[in-house]
Amino acid sequence: MDTQDPQPPPTSHADARPVLEAPDIARVMTRIAHEIVERAKGADDVVLLGIPTRGVFLARRLADKLEQITERKVPVGSLDITMYRDDLRMQPPRALARTEIPGDGIDGKLVVLVDDVLFSGRTIRAALDALNDIGRPRAVQLAVLVDRGHRELPIRADYVGKNLPTSLRETVKVLLAEEDGRDTVLLGAKQTPQ
Amino acid sequence: MQRHLISAADLTRDDAVLILDTAEEMARVADRPIKKLPTLRGRTVVNLFFEDSTRTRISFEAAEKRLSADVINFSAKGSSVSKGESLKDTAQTLEAMGVDAVVIRHGASGAPYRLATSGWIDAHVINAGDGTHQHPTQALLDAFTMRRRLVGRDAGLGQDLNGRRITLVGDVLHSRVARSNVDLLHTLGAEVTLVAPPTLLPVGVETWPCEVSYDLDSTLPKSDAVMMLRVQRERMNAAFFPTEREYSRRYGLDGDRMARMPGHAIVMHPGPMVRGMEITAEVADSDRCTVVEQVTNGVSIRMAVLYLLLGGAEFQTAGTPAAPARTAEEN
Repeated sequence: MDTQDPQPPPTSHADARPVLEAPDIARVMTRIAHEIVERAKGADDVVLLGIPTRGVFLARRLADKLEQITERKVPVGSLDITMYRDDLRMQPPRALARTEIPGDGIDGKLVVLVDDVLFSGRTIRAALDALNDIGRPRAVQLAVLVDRGHRELPIRADYVGKNLPTSLRETVKVLLAEEDGRDTVLLGAKQTPQ
Repeated sequence: MQRHLISAADLTRDDAVLILDTAEEMARVADRPIKKLPTLRGRTVVNLFFEDSTRTRISFEAAEKRLSADVINFSAKGSSVSKGESLKDTAQTLEAMGVDAVVIRHGASGAPYRLATSGWIDAHVINAGDGTHQHPTQALLDAFTMRRRLVGRDAGLGQDLNGRRITLVGDVLHSRVARSNVDLLHTLGAEVTLVAPPTLLPVGVETWPCEVSYDLDSTLPKSDAVMMLRVQRERMNAAFFPTEREYSRRYGLDGDRMARMPGHAIVMHPGPMVRGMEITAEVADSDRCTVVEQVTNGVSIRMAVLYLLLGGAEFQTAGTPAAPARTAEEN
């Protein structure tokens, strides 16, 4: 889950170091698409659900790649997890994002959740709870662009774009053309609040 | 947003648009097999109704249950209020039981304000209609219905009602719905016209941010939405108009009058309707009339208000981060 807070995180992009550039991101997404086809033996019943905001763009890109490989349309949607967060009461109410489940639903399907950064795992726990209220998939898998470690729950990704060992003093920011005008993954230092 | 929702006039444009946008997402929950969100689990909400109500009360209850709150219903009939208990004592009883929010409807204008500001309770107070003062969630659901119909479901996100012409017709004097709507629609940039016989307009209406007319027929062709208000006989203590028939002929909406409205214009009514009085059955049953839609939208709006008031942390002081910086970029 990326940051959609009223106050932006105390990170300026200026001193952040790019760890993935646009061509790297494109290659990584192509590889993940092939892995999904391989693991799902053709991706017949795959439904891609992106977690807003940037997960949704990544899910759409994956859907395009899957279509190129399998020559079939892959259903793609979005899953907002705000109402299922475990830290709702620790911060001011957040604006909600769109949940869009493809027309055929998710019952009996292979749902692949797509997010930009995997960190504590709490977003994914919330997403699993949200899925539970929407239907009963055959299986749920997780695809992330960056896994930065520091899990707080027993959750792992099935498809990882890049494993990025980080310290808790660092920040990872994914920028995507759809939202930010360019594709890049930035590794920066968290600034201590004044 | 403030801690309480007492008056539609307290909402800024951004607050109101945030509530409408949130309600748009809440509306999608109704399309799911499990119409429930865990967001208010463990929170207790009391519906404190000193006045009769069907749709507002059921609507609040449905909204609270969809957000998994624990709901306590309280109506003045059959409670200690009928034995003479004061609002203060009732409030302190609720406080002692540990409620997180009170949805109150009261016959006296200002009762919710008193409850919220007196220090009797810590709970959030949501006004569900007080006397002839305010009914903010009704105004919000009306604005939501207008935005959906006049701007569009997806096109409306983030938008207000700038430049839309809204006409409110009927018993403005006794109507808290009219007061709330005038306040909120003005905040959202709409142009509001009140149409009523002079006897049913309150003193001081010229200071409200709206136009006033006594002539319905000249206003209809210039309206994007026409909201008919019920003549509130239960609040009337004098003869405000000669006969019902005369009122109905001059200020009632029938098929002929509806035909003179622009093609895209909608007919609204907060309910309960009195067919044959302010609205004919022909108009009430036409597909331009949004009465049933307004009820559906009411649940979404109330879910949005409850979520935005109760769902997050409380801001203690401005500028203090409510959570450790860590969660700000949690993944």
